[in-house]
Amino acid sequence: MWIEILLFGLLLITAVTIVGLNDLFAAAMLSGIFSLLCASLFTLMDAVDVAFTEAAVGAGISTVLMIGALALTGSREYQQPTRLGPFVVVLLTGAMLIYGTLDMPAYGDPAAPIHQHVAPEYVAGTDAEFGIPNIVTAVLASYRGFDTLGETAVIFTAGVGVMALLLGRRKREDEIQIEPSEDELKGGDA
Amino acid sequence: MEALGIWNYWGVVLLMMIGLYTVIARDHLVKKLIGLGIFQVAVILFYVSMGKVTGGTAPIIPEGADGSEVYSNPLPHVLMLTAIVVGVATLAVGLALVIRIREAYGTVEEDELQRQNRAGS
Repeated sequence: MWIEILLFGLLLITAVTIVGLNDLFAAAMLSGIFSLLCASLFTLMDAVDVAFTEAAVGAGISTVLMIGALALTGSREYQQPTRLGPFVVVLLTGAMLIYGTLDMPAYGDPAAPIHQHVAPEYVAGTDAEFGIPNIVTAVLASYRGFDTLGETAVIFTAGVGVMALLLGRRKREDEIQIEPSEDELKGGDA
Repeated sequence: MEALGIWNYWGVVLLMMIGLYTVIARDHLVKKLIGLGIFQVAVILFYVSMGKVTGGTAPIIPEGADGSEVYSNPLPHVLMLTAIVVGVATLAVGLALVIRIREAYGTVEEDELQRQNRAGS
């Protein structure tokens, strides 16, 4: 349990550092470290599938996407004063959530309600019904196959969205080269 | 010791507060997306830490299992796998939007965007 708490502490320190940094390239790199710490934490919590997805997607693809976007948008953030309003809102939300956790079952409690209903059936049925050793895979692809189908649809939609946004961009750049009337362009965008 | 038993929820709440603060208070749009990522990780950690069983192992059935093994709950893991992948899809769309905003306005700072919008209307 202490290793988990230590890793969680490191995770919190990394998060605070990310928020404080004004250089966004450094923040993107630190968010990769953040994902790696998360992956270690997931491994300790027995979620090995989540851990390697987080390591591949969070520390890998997200960081690459972030750096690519920063190269196009500029990576300096203006220094800005700490604002009171958001701080109060966040503290209030946090206080309410802490209040909500007070009657939650303890960490690792085998008698917690979450372990009583559907999960035991999945654990017991996987070997007999599918013969796949990894229960997470069996649930993901077989018991909840439609969830995964929906997920694929979401990713497809996101891909189409990104293409629509960025392909339109290339066309507009061509237009600028042909007729550089910037006022007209801004009017069209607003 | 009883209060220490729910440390995982408190850590998650702290992490969520950091993410939420970044989304609300910071002006740079990419920084906001990083904050959203921190918030998302907090939610994922919340679910995964609920699935942990003391003395349990990763939910993979070993060869020659006799049914006496204790596994951590596999269901939160499955749901959070989906959440991570959908999270990176939304991040990609968000970053594409930021790039387009940068092209239309020449800035990605939110207060500057609002000033331009007020001046334009």
